[in-house]
Amino acid sequence: MTETTATAPRESGAMRALKGIGLLRESGVGMTGAGIILFWLIVAILAPVLAPFPPNATLVPMLAPGGEAPDGGIFLLGTDHIGRDILSRLIWGSRTVLFYGIVATACAYAVGIVMGLAAGYFGGIVDEVISFIANVILSFPVMVLYVIIISVFGASGINIVVAVTFASAPGIMRIVRGLVLDLRNRDYVAAAQTRGEGAWQIMMVEILPNARGPLIVDSCLRMGYVIITIGVLGFLGLGLPPPDPDWGGMINETRTMALIFPHMTVFPCIAISSLVLGFNLLADGLREVSLRD
Amino acid sequence: MSNGQSGAGKPLLECNDLCISYFTRAGEIPAVKDFSLQLYPGESVGIVGESGCGKSTVAMAIMNYMGANGGIVGGSIVFDGRDMASLSPEELRQLRGGDIAMVYQEPMAALNPSLTIGKQLMEVPMFHENISATEAAARAKQMLADVNLPDPDRVMAAYPHQISGGQQQRVVISMALLSHPKLLLLDEPTTALDVTVEAGIVELIGEISAKFGTSMLYISHNMGLIKDTCDRVCVMYSGEVVEEGPIDTVFNAMSHPYTRGLFGAIPLPSADKRSHPLVAIRGQLPLPHERPRGCNFGPRCDFFDAGRCDAGDIPIVDGAHAMQRVRCVRWQEIDWASHRPDVTVRPEEPAGEEVLAVDEMRKYYTVHDRSIKAMLSGHSVRHVKANESITFNARKQETVAIVGESGCGKSTFAKVLTGLETATDGKIDFDGVDISHVPVHNRTPKQLGSLQMVFQNPNDTLNPSHTIGAQIGRVIKKFGVETEPAKIQQRVMQLLDAVKLPRDFMWRRPRQLSGGQKQRVGIARAFAGNPSMVIADEPVSALDVSVQAAVTDLLMDLQRENKTTLLFISHDLSVVRYLADRIVVMYLGQIMERGTTEQVFAPPYHPYTEALLSAVPIADTSVTKKRILLEGNLPSVLNPPTGCPFETRCPRKVGRICEEERPPVIEISAEHRIACHIPLEELAKAEPVIQVGKAAE
Repeated sequence: MTETTATAPRESGAMRALKGIGLLRESGVGMTGAGIILFWLIVAILAPVLAPFPPNATLVPMLAPGGEAPDGGIFLLGTDHIGRDILSRLIWGSRTVLFYGIVATACAYAVGIVMGLAAGYFGGIVDEVISFIANVILSFPVMVLYVIIISVFGASGINIVVAVTFASAPGIMRIVRGLVLDLRNRDYVAAAQTRGEGAWQIMMVEILPNARGPLIVDSCLRMGYVIITIGVLGFLGLGLPPPDPDWGGMINETRTMALIFPHMTVFPCIAISSLVLGFNLLADGLREVSLRD
Repeated sequence: MSNGQSGAGKPLLECNDLCISYFTRAGEIPAVKDFSLQLYPGESVGIVGESGCGKSTVAMAIMNYMGANGGIVGGSIVFDGRDMASLSPEELRQLRGGDIAMVYQEPMAALNPSLTIGKQLMEVPMFHENISATEAAARAKQMLADVNLPDPDRVMAAYPHQISGGQQQRVVISMALLSHPKLLLLDEPTTALDVTVEAGIVELIGEISAKFGTSMLYISHNMGLIKDTCDRVCVMYSGEVVEEGPIDTVFNAMSHPYTRGLFGAIPLPSADKRSHPLVAIRGQLPLPHERPRGCNFGPRCDFFDAGRCDAGDIPIVDGAHAMQRVRCVRWQEIDWASHRPDVTVRPEEPAGEEVLAVDEMRKYYTVHDRSIKAMLSGHSVRHVKANESITFNARKQETVAIVGESGCGKSTFAKVLTGLETATDGKIDFDGVDISHVPVHNRTPKQLGSLQMVFQNPNDTLNPSHTIGAQIGRVIKKFGVETEPAKIQQRVMQLLDAVKLPRDFMWRRPRQLSGGQKQRVGIARAFAGNPSMVIADEPVSALDVSVQAAVTDLLMDLQRENKTTLLFISHDLSVVRYLADRIVVMYLGQIMERGTTEQVFAPPYHPYTEALLSAVPIADTSVTKKRILLEGNLPSVLNPPTGCPFETRCPRKVGRICEEERPPVIEISAEHRIACHIPLEELAKAEPVIQVGKAAE
């Protein structure tokens, strides 16, 4: 018997990715989120072009939005207490937050996935050791961890990444471990074992690709948390060292004047919230789409 | 079987030209077209068909429980003189579980795990008849006794997980019967159960209509079960009834090519892999939105007549026999007597030298009980005896079947053989080397390549993330059959040819394939490393009947071409009888009987083999079976009987010796062994369980 079926085109990875985006288009929520994120990405990439003033230049202090600059330009969002253009700082600040947000999340995932794969796949003592370490880390309040790590190693971009990785990897490890516990009992894993594949080959090639769905959704949510974290660290003065623009730092520097000059704190707050909202909406959209088929 | 009073009085349930559609993003998908049925009081009608043919949709429509995206788009359902479409939600609520009750496939999912069974049962009469709790309890208890559950008091107080699957299904049936329904819908009620348990449920279902006068609509994919439970049968294919009529007519004088094909594809006792092989139906079921014009079966039919069969909708017309109806324009023209489907007759080939020798193999799992009680009593380590003293051998080019119900240890054995687990004790000689204690990562590539496996679940056997070509190619590369990418691709294409799949499937991903196609890829993958032995763990049990035969055939063809030894693990004795040369019957980790297929299927039997044979439903009205029903449940592997493992359920138990001593292995002939305390002379007196040719009861 021959099962005749119409010929299917070869499907490349890129085409599949496009198809995924096509599916997302059916989710309004997801598209809104993607739109917000795309907006900020473009802003970050085009910062040198878009920013009307140098971000660290002290021009006219404490101007309300719409105020005029000495050279005839307009401070669309006003200036801060030492005369820097808030719009320009927001635009440049998006670079910081997106760069460190993405790098920190990626590092946390790399560590979390390796830990989760090992714990879930090997089980036994490996699982117990990894899970124990993870539980110890998770038992600390996150904020305390951040403060300890940054104050010990000093405030810098690298240390933000280290701190976020340290605090988030255990959570990711738990998700991955749960997925692996299910996936490792599949017949295709047994088939790979019976042809003598190595453990890491099985984990990376046979198991991990099939765990990607929930992980992609989670990574979007986690990006949101990481952005909040970077904001909070900046607010606590543990972020990037001044004077480089950092949304959290901008709020911190001007918060004492928030009642008199609300524009100095409100706009950075809106920037953080919108980006976090964008990632959360995207995660919702992805989940919606992935549940549908 | 009940005595239906077909044709007498007013029908209880009438479906007239019923059309049901599901509405999805892809548009309207017609699930059922033009379905008509009259069900008279006390009658049992079976609906038989493969997955996706719309049989469950019909049941849901009768309950008027279609979900948000389904709807009746044409025709009517009249139940007890009332049009179901005109009923209000409140009236429907009274009807469901009242006059119409349903039994589902998965008993564990039908019962609420957090309520005791008594509570769940009492709910029914308390809601439908407003009676007091004490009266409801008494009724529930009586009903549990009526469905032959031992110790109803204990069952009433138990939670669903505390009783076995078969008992759960009896509880679900008793729950359905508690409101004295006029109509009972049974949707694959025994599919999730073991054969010997299934036999008990089928017996019970047969008694119900006699005892309660309930009409039944029995939905199943298994022709044999329909034969045992129903008066009439509707055969559905791709959303339409293609043939209907009384059991005897449809089973012996079927007129539709699909029905004919279905019977040709199931391994009846008359089939034989050499002289009388199964005839597979070519092709596969069309998807609901890809149905052809005209006859849905057209593309798979040997009698397809372009211009007539694809001209337009085919009406269902009266057939040659009383109450028989056929949906085929050519049914009168087809000359079945002279129809010879082209089948390959396989010459018998003698088995070669011994490839596998298993000697006293044991596999125990250690279970650590970490409760404080266990620590105090010192019994913190217990053993699950998954395999106990397994001894048998397999020769080149031979098919050896391991048969047994769930929990008998057959899959554990496969794991030990492939090295995913190592044996606790004993020897497994494969190609002259003892591999019982060599885990998979210590085996040589040659050992790995020569011992490959075909898995049961088609949706699980292939990695959804990789293309078919990549997955087969990986095996070829891993076992060093070919190393150059171009040659690997060449070999992948050859393998796809061998399993009769189009070559461009190598670019596809598993989700673009049907179950049968996935299973073919799984077979191709197993044969990619030129194995000398293939273990097939229930390779066709998850497939549709019409596809099963094709996949079984393919497996046997590849086996013959490659001179491979096939170890076929199955619970289905009909399939095993058809393809195995030798059979090993296992129960609770131990071998009960082994011998050639003829020896196992003829007396002397082991009492368990006898019961197993009797339990298999056979879709042949000329077959009479001895009825042997097993009592009780499968004992826990954690706490197996000390003597004979089958002692707790054995209908021919001798006495104390069965409880205390392991049975001796009786050597009947060089091949045939039975482990039983009953002396051979006694065993030899048994009559054959399955007799072909006698008139139906």
